[in-house]
Amino acid sequence: MAITLDRAIEHKQRGWLASILGSQTFWVLVAVILACIFLSVTTDSFATPKNLYNITRNFTFVAIIALGMTLVIITGGIDLSVGSVLCLCSMVLAVVMNAGYSIEVGIAASIGTALVIGAFNGAMIAYLGFPPFVITLGMLSIARSLAMVASNNTVVFQFGPDHDTLLAIGGGAWFFGIANPVLYMIVLALLTGFVLRWTRFGRYVFAIGGNEHAATLTGVPVRRIKLAVYMISALAAGIAGIIQTGWLGAVTTNIGAGMELQVIAAAVIGGANLAGGVGTASGALIGAALIEVIRNSLGLLGINAFWQGTFIGGAIVFAVLFDRIRNFRQSE
Amino acid sequence: MAVAVLELANISKHFGAIQAVNDVSLSLHAGEVVGLMGDNGAGKSTLVKMIAGNFRPSHGTIRLDGAELILHRPVEARQHGIEIVYQDLALCDNLTAAANVFLGRELRRGVGPLRVLDHKSMYRRAAEIFKELKSETRARDLVKQMSGGQRQAVAIARTMLSRAKIVLMDEPTAAISVRQVAEVLNLIRHLRDSGIAVVLISHRMPDVFDVADRVIVMRRGRKVADKPIAATSPEEVTGLITGAIEQV
Repeated sequence: MAITLDRAIEHKQRGWLASILGSQTFWVLVAVILACIFLSVTTDSFATPKNLYNITRNFTFVAIIALGMTLVIITGGIDLSVGSVLCLCSMVLAVVMNAGYSIEVGIAASIGTALVIGAFNGAMIAYLGFPPFVITLGMLSIARSLAMVASNNTVVFQFGPDHDTLLAIGGGAWFFGIANPVLYMIVLALLTGFVLRWTRFGRYVFAIGGNEHAATLTGVPVRRIKLAVYMISALAAGIAGIIQTGWLGAVTTNIGAGMELQVIAAAVIGGANLAGGVGTASGALIGAALIEVIRNSLGLLGINAFWQGTFIGGAIVFAVLFDRIRNFRQSE
Repeated sequence: MAVAVLELANISKHFGAIQAVNDVSLSLHAGEVVGLMGDNGAGKSTLVKMIAGNFRPSHGTIRLDGAELILHRPVEARQHGIEIVYQDLALCDNLTAAANVFLGRELRRGVGPLRVLDHKSMYRRAAEIFKELKSETRARDLVKQMSGGQRQAVAIARTMLSRAKIVLMDEPTAAISVRQVAEVLNLIRHLRDSGIAVVLISHRMPDVFDVADRVIVMRRGRKVADKPIAATSPEEVTGLITGAIEQV
């Protein structure tokens, strides 16, 4: 009896293979790869270095913000303000540098803005108990309006003495011809993955999403963690804003408009559960990649761009469908 | 009998005009199981929540090992060796059994700011505790996939991480199958045998008479009985709970 019990305990119920085959992220990755293979075969223009360079660069901004959004979603929250925060942070950077300050000052002002906004969102949600949807919806409006105030609603394309440095940071390719934004994204994704898996902070993020009440009772500093999570989300938007400014070489007050929905879509397609408790850094990247591959392929296949929304929306529903089917099986 | 681990003296708690607990005194000893019974609203939960640090008493004192104990938060109760198994178990379904056992007290390795979670040690230690509890719960399984009895085992395993003196259990057998109830009662005996004072809040008469050494009955905020199980009967306790018997 004792031996069988020991054996039962040693036996890992969920094997390595089974857990991979059961993950939504894996199947979305398969979908991305199949789509890429299909496009490489059927079109001449997909597998060109130029197009691949474009794809990888285009999805990084959504992916970087989706990393922060994934943390928020794991805690069971939502951050609708990221598109506007990206715009405001880009604009702060642009206005400060345009006024003749160095790039260091510009980036510091931009990051500082992001952290203040994230702290405001987080404090209202964690300490005053506001619903995340409401606070960040308000911030969506406030941040974009502040960007218009800061720039007087003009386009900024002169970035003072460090103009070229900024453009190199965002638009260059310093490492084996890989676009810089992609490198930043990979570093940030590795960092996020590490934090979620190996730190107490990451463990608490999951615990809050799983059962916030239980986390409180067991001594998890729930409020501090929530505050931090919204600050990280805003910070991710700020970083994406800085990089995007360097890449575009100009800032208008409508950049990042509607981006929050793409970001949330990327996180959800990648396996994050809006009910909280589930999500991965790799999922955020893969979800963002799938959206970009869909967009790119429609263009290459000559399908009217009006269909984009239908395909991306379909991908969201389809990705979550996997999760539902698995849940149905489990409950039976 | 030996020196009391926990002593409550003239404890009262009121919320506005409502007197939830009224002048209750009692003591707990190491290695005994006390059944705390009473109807809904009798004040059981309020009493236990004061011991657990959720509420401060309006009047009276709590003494732990002879020293006065003032708690501001549930975490402080735990630091003093008072562990609580909540009625809803306070488990995170999305985490593994080991992660739940160590929630709030994760083991880490490394130095300074570079400390990371020590998954290996946590799995090993959790597996040891489950083995000690003779539970089939596996440390790496997600709580989501577990039966009611296994979930109870995870919640109880938490109390065994540090040297607890007192374990408070709120309705641990309320929502589980007959076989799982037997498992949980065995877990309670195991805690008692390792010298822990266990308070079992329950509505289920058979469970209390099966496992408890002593029964305390509350009605309308007052303690109406406190006697050894051997000296009472389910009929008497029922009468005390309903008020058919005034006080003993």
